[in-house]
Amino acid sequence: MMSTATTTTMEKTASTNGASSHGFTLQGKKATRFGFGEGLVTLGEKYDNVVVLGGDITTSVMTSYFKDKFPERFFSMGIMEATSTLVAAGLALSGKIPFFASYGAFAACRNTDMLRISVCYNDANVKIGGGHAGISVGPDGATHQILEEIAITRVLPNMTLVVPCDFTEAKKATVAIGEHVGPCYIRFGRTDTPMFTTEDTPFVLGKAQVFRKGNDVAICACGPMVWEALVAAEELAKDGIDARVINVSTIKPLDNATILAAAKECGAIVTAEEHQITAGLGGAIAEYLVKEEPVPMEFVGVNDSFGGSGDPDELMALFGLTSKEIIAAAKKVIARKK
Amino acid sequence: MASLDFHIYPLETGFHGSSRPVAKPELVKDYGYETFVPFTNSSNNSDEQVAAIAKEIRRDIVRALVEAKSGHSGGPLGSADIFATLYFGGVMNHDPKDPWNKNRDRFILSAGHMCPVLYSTLANAGYFAKQELLTLRKLNSRLQGHPGRDMGLPGIESSTGSLGQGLGIAVGMALSDKLVSKNSSRVYSLTGDGELQEGEIWESAMCASHWKLDNLTVIVDRNHCQIDGRTDEVMEVDPVSDKWKAFGFHTIEVNGHDINALRQAFAEAKATKGKPTCIIAETYMGHPVSFMNDDYRWHGKPPNKEQAEIALNELV
Ligand SMILES: Cc1ncc(C[n+]2csc(CCOP(=O)(O)OP(=O)(O)O)c2C)c(N)n1
Ligand SMILES: [Mg+2]
Repeated sequence: MMSTATTTTMEKTASTNGASSHGFTLQGKKATRFGFGEGLVTLGEKYDNVVVLGGDITTSVMTSYFKDKFPERFFSMGIMEATSTLVAAGLALSGKIPFFASYGAFAACRNTDMLRISVCYNDANVKIGGGHAGISVGPDGATHQILEEIAITRVLPNMTLVVPCDFTEAKKATVAIGEHVGPCYIRFGRTDTPMFTTEDTPFVLGKAQVFRKGNDVAICACGPMVWEALVAAEELAKDGIDARVINVSTIKPLDNATILAAAKECGAIVTAEEHQITAGLGGAIAEYLVKEEPVPMEFVGVNDSFGGSGDPDELMALFGLTSKEIIAAAKKVIARKK
Repeated sequence: MASLDFHIYPLETGFHGSSRPVAKPELVKDYGYETFVPFTNSSNNSDEQVAAIAKEIRRDIVRALVEAKSGHSGGPLGSADIFATLYFGGVMNHDPKDPWNKNRDRFILSAGHMCPVLYSTLANAGYFAKQELLTLRKLNSRLQGHPGRDMGLPGIESSTGSLGQGLGIAVGMALSDKLVSKNSSRVYSLTGDGELQEGEIWESAMCASHWKLDNLTVIVDRNHCQIDGRTDEVMEVDPVSDKWKAFGFHTIEVNGHDINALRQAFAEAKATKGKPTCIIAETYMGHPVSFMNDDYRWHGKPPNKEQAEIALNELV
C-alpha cells in the first residue's frame, strides 16, 4: 500500500495544478548539481563540522558555493581522487563530516578500493558527491559519462546511495545525507534537466515516493528518468493504461515495502535509469522481487555500451533513455502479465 | 617460439548507429581545407617552418573549438609548439600513410582533455582530412571530447581523459618495446602539470626508472594552470624537476615555446641511456592568444565566434 504521506501530497499537488494526471508541473530546467551545491551551503550554515574537499572541478560540481561561503572549511585537494577519499576518511574518523565531490567517473571508480576499505569497512562518515552522471554529460564523451557507479557503490556494505530526480530534490537529499550517519554517495548530473518537485514534495532518505498512482504497471525510476516516466505515464493514460510512477531516489537501502506493494498491485514493473542496465536500479529491484514477488520486468537503461560525444538530448534519444522507450517497455511488460 | 598475434589497431567499436557527422561545406571552403597539402615530418624542416606549422595547428584548434561550442582551449593552444616539434621536427618516427606501422614511435596523450591539439596535429600531418576537425565533439565523430580508441581514428593509440592513466600505458608500451620485443621504437607521453597531482603518475615514474626505460620520454606541459586556478594554489606540484630526478629520471627544463630548445631537448632525451627522460616544458596556457595567455579560466572553454575571429587574426 502507498503511505499516507504520499497520498496526501499527491492530492495536494494535484489540486494546485490539476492539469496533469500526476500533479507535477514543469518549472523549467536546472541541473541537479546546483541542488547539491546549495545543499552543501545549507549544511555548512547548520553544522560547523561539515567540511568540503575540492577536486579541481569545484565550479562544475558546485562545491564552489561552499568554498566561497566557508573558505576555512574548504580544502583544495587538486587532482587526486583516491587520496582525497582517504583524507575524507581521516577527517570523518576525527569527527568531521567531509564531503568530497568530483565527477562520478573519478569519485566512484578511481577510488573504489578506498571507498571499500577506508570508507565503508571503516564505516567512516564520508559523503561522496558524484557528478557528470550518465550520458547527458554530452560532448565530453564516454570517459566522463559515468554509467557504472550505481552498480559500484550499491554493492558496498554500509553505503547509502541516493540519486535525486531534480534540482529541488538534490538539495534535500544533500542535506539528508549530511545528517545521516554513515558513508553516503549522491549522484547528480551536469546538464539542466526538468525541475518538477517542490519544497512540499515528500523526501525521506531510504523511502521511495509514489509520484503517480496507477495499478496497470509500475515505473520505477531514478534521476532525470523520473520526469521521463511521468511523461510516459501521461501518454500511456491516453491508451487507457494507468501507470504508477515511483521515484526511487534512495537506491540503497532500497524501500522494499514500496517496491513490493507496486509488484503486488500492478503485477508488472518497468525500471528506468541513466545507467547501465546491469546492476543498477533495475538490478536492485529485480534482485529483491525475484525472491519476494516475481513479476514481469522490463529495463530501460544503457545496454552494455560506453557513451560518446554529442548533444545531451541527441544522446538520450540515441541511447534509448526517453519516455518513448519507457512507453514501449510498459506496453511490452503489460503484455507479458499473466 | 611463435607469437600468438591478435588484432590491436585500428579498433572501431564506438560507432553508435547513425551516420558520421560532416563538416559545414562553407567552413571547409573558407578554411581552404579541400586543397590542403599535409606537412611532412623532417629534421630538415627549419625551426621557422616548424613554428609556422605550430601556428597552423593553433588556427585549426580555434576553428574546431568554435564549431564544437565546447572543449578545451588553454592547454591545446599552449602546447602546440611541443606537438609541432614532435610530429614535424623530425623527432618522432611516424608515418601518416601507415599509421599503425609496427616500428612507429608512439605518442600517448595522458592529459586527454588536450586532444584538440593532438587531433589538429594529426590532421596537419595527413592522418585524416582536415574537414574532420570540424566534427569535434559531435555525435559519432571520430574526434571525441576525450580520445576514444573505440573510434578508430588513426594516430590515437589509447583512450585517455581520466587523468593520470596515460603515462602508465606509455610505460607498458616502452616496457614491451625495450624488454620484450627488444626493438628501437620510442614512446612519448605528455602530461599536464595539474595531472602530476595524481598518484598514478609517480607510480608510473617509479616503474619507468626501475626498468631503465630510456626509450620513454615524458613531457610535462608546465603551464602553472589547472581548472580551479594556479597549480601552486590548488595543490603545489613544485619542485617538479627535483621530483622527477628523485624518481630516477633525466630531466630537462625547457622553454616550451622555443622550437630550437625543444628540438635539443628531444635530441638529448634520445641520447640519454640507462634512464627515462622527463622534459619539463614551461608554457603559457592559451599562448599566444592575447586574451587567453596564462589565464587558467581558459582551461576548459571554447572561444565564441567573436573571440575566435580575434584569435585567428592574431595567429596569421
Ligand atoms: C582523474 C581525473 N580527475 C579529474 C578530471 C577533470 N579534469 C580535466 S582536466 C583537469 C585539470 C588538469 O590540469 P592540467 O593537467 O594542468 O591541464 P591544463 O589545465 O593545463 O590543460 C581536471 C581536473 C579528469 N579528467 N580526470
Ligand atoms: Mg596545467
